[in-house]
Amino acid sequence: MEIAIKELTKTFKDRVAVDHLSLTIGQGEFFALLGENGAGKTTTIKLLSCLMEPTSGDAIMLGDSIAENPQAVKKKLNISPQETAVARNLSVKENLEFIARIYGSDKKEAEQKAEQLMDKFGLKDRAKSKGRTLSGGLERRLSIAMAMISEPEIIFLDEPTVGLDVRARLDLWQILLDLKGQITIILTTHYLEEVEALADRIGIMHKGRLRALGTLEELRNQTGQAKLQDVFLQLTAEEGTG
Amino acid sequence: MRALTFAQRNRKEILRDPMTLLFGMILPLLMLWLFSMMAENMPFDLFTLRKLAPAIIVFSFSFITLFTGMLIGRDKSSSFLMRIFSSPMTAIDYLIGYALPLLPVAFIQMAACYGMALLLGLPITYDAIPAFGVLAIISLLYIAFGLFFGTFFTDRQVGAMFAIFVNITTWLSGTWFELDMIGGIFETVAYLLPFAHAVDASRAAFAGDYSAVFTPMGWVIAYTAVIFGIAVWGFRKRMRG
Repeated sequence: MEIAIKELTKTFKDRVAVDHLSLTIGQGEFFALLGENGAGKTTTIKLLSCLMEPTSGDAIMLGDSIAENPQAVKKKLNISPQETAVARNLSVKENLEFIARIYGSDKKEAEQKAEQLMDKFGLKDRAKSKGRTLSGGLERRLSIAMAMISEPEIIFLDEPTVGLDVRARLDLWQILLDLKGQITIILTTHYLEEVEALADRIGIMHKGRLRALGTLEELRNQTGQAKLQDVFLQLTAEEGTG
Repeated sequence: MRALTFAQRNRKEILRDPMTLLFGMILPLLMLWLFSMMAENMPFDLFTLRKLAPAIIVFSFSFITLFTGMLIGRDKSSSFLMRIFSSPMTAIDYLIGYALPLLPVAFIQMAACYGMALLLGLPITYDAIPAFGVLAIISLLYIAFGLFFGTFFTDRQVGAMFAIFVNITTWLSGTWFELDMIGGIFETVAYLLPFAHAVDASRAAFAGDYSAVFTPMGWVIAYTAVIFGIAVWGFRKRMRG
């Protein structure tokens, strides 16, 4: 079972945000989606997580279609949005329990899951702290823990380390590396070193289209560039430039 | 079940905000006290407790609009709504979850204002019991406006919209002056909106004049249904991106 994206397209009035996107992501793969601002990454994530209806095309998410059966798809996935999306006046523990319960856990199960994730994400000593009092790094950790508590088969991480200092970023990378292989992770980021450290495969989008797809090594060979930054710049260069 | 879980979260978010207590509870009580003191020197009976208390309770519901609108607006801007939109919750779960915790807040406002009015000298009557029922229905109108603002505007815009809304709801409701004193277009416009009807219905209910409750409540219920309908439509549209 995999994620099979077929000719996925989203248009807004006269603007094409995602243009006939087709690719396959394997189960348990850590997939990074790269692109400049406005390339269509966030729209792609919104489409795949059923937050938006596609204009045309479809994606089969581990056996279920986003167009035909979005409710079934939603049960399999969770998301950590670009903004941390943490309830400000709820404690760390309450935030986790809340998400567990809307995904169907009863009170006791939600408490157990919250305890486990607070342990795993190093949040136990801040269990009673309100969301609004957390540092950027802790808020990000909580955001990802909230996405993990429903035990999703697919998780979307939309720029998970934006605004974090070096130590907090490295801590979060370690958490993400620990998750690798257990679930399918789709990451969008502007930090190329993050992609090098974490991703199995990389998709590069430009103006809604998929410009390149492959492992870091394959993209290096394809472009003849050694650094991912140069690979990225070459693949997203406008026609007739560079 | 999911709706109740969501309602629980929203209740905590609202009641843990100190501004809720300050604006939603203390300000209406303060106004009730101040205006009831003014009543002694007024040549008309508008600020007597039997007229003032029901109107101030309706006025306090304006803050329910603010709480609901701000909560939804903040949930949008922090992407919290995006996170829960990707969950298996339905549009009805969301709307029940946002609306439900505001009803106890409305009851607390009613009880606090009524209690204050009793302390200031309003006589206890059995009419207060059905009047609380009428006020509970009126509170749904203000919850609906909150859902409407939260659905269509950002949290910052909701703050600005509320400033306009609270002025409209008070100036055009007959709380601070009799609308027929001004008459003309002002009175006509006021009675085309639901706020004056809400105040009239609550005053009539507290006075035990039940025949005078039905027509204004017809206006209130019709507006509530329409505003809820628009909010639900907008919310569903937003959920589909």
